Amino acid sequence: MADQMKIRATLQNDVADVKVLMFHPMETGLRKDPSSGDIIPLHFIKKVFATHNGKTVLDAQWSQAVSKNPFLNFRVRGAKAGDKIAVGWEDNKGEKASIETTLG
Amino acid sequence: MTIEAMKPQPLSITGSRRRTVLGLLAALAAFPLRVLAAEWNKPAFEAHAIPDALKAIGATSIAESDKIELKAPEIAENGAIVPVEITSRIPGTEAVYIIAEKNPQPLVAEFDFAGATDPFISTRIKMGETARVRVIVRAGGKFYATAREVKVTIGGCGG
Repeated sequence: MADQMKIRATLQNDVADVKVLMFHPMETGLRKDPSSGDIIPLHFIKKVFATHNGKTVLDAQWSQAVSKNPFLNFRVRGAKAGDKIAVGWEDNKGEKASIETTLG
Repeated sequence: MTIEAMKPQPLSITGSRRRTVLGLLAALAAFPLRVLAAEWNKPAFEAHAIPDALKAIGATSIAESDKIELKAPEIAENGAIVPVEITSRIPGTEAVYIIAEKNPQPLVAEFDFAGATDPFISTRIKMGETARVRVIVRAGGKFYATAREVKVTIGGCGG
């Protein structure tokens, strides 16, 4: 699902700095389609989770007010080269995506 | 509390019950992580008034704190992309909440930290108009907050 997400994690000492981009419209349900004038239905990421070697490190809940193509940056301590960091999301339509990277 | 009351009580789980408990734990461990994650807090996110959102996250009493660092622009030209960076220096920080006070539904996000995650988050939010961005930190079951005004030139909710 590389087309739905991008992840970059850099290791500084034992801290992994993780930056994630999620490609998602994050529609507020307030916007109108410029051509038809119809309201574009609410469509947004509700939940985001991150794991470090399979263990949850971050569990987030979002509203439609997180910007389009959400960006998220967080930091995990006690990390080392070879560790795996995974991030996934689920939206209000039940669509899901996840991505994993190995710390270098 | 007396010393007697502080002594650990012996486990009163019988053999078969214990096996059931262990079996249940094993089953839970095999479950995907997202199933165990907290349910999306509908009453909090769909609240139109800040007090209702606060009530829904359990923040009945909030103390202002200078141990929460909130970086947000003074002026955001585009309300659709307002960068927000939060660092909590409150020991035992468990969760961070972002509220855009004048958004139609003010609660924007909740981040729950687990394991050895730094109490740090950087993301981008939408703001309908000039308003205070309020960050609430939950630590040891207590709630702390700080706020910053962001002037929005073009609102980012409708369009």
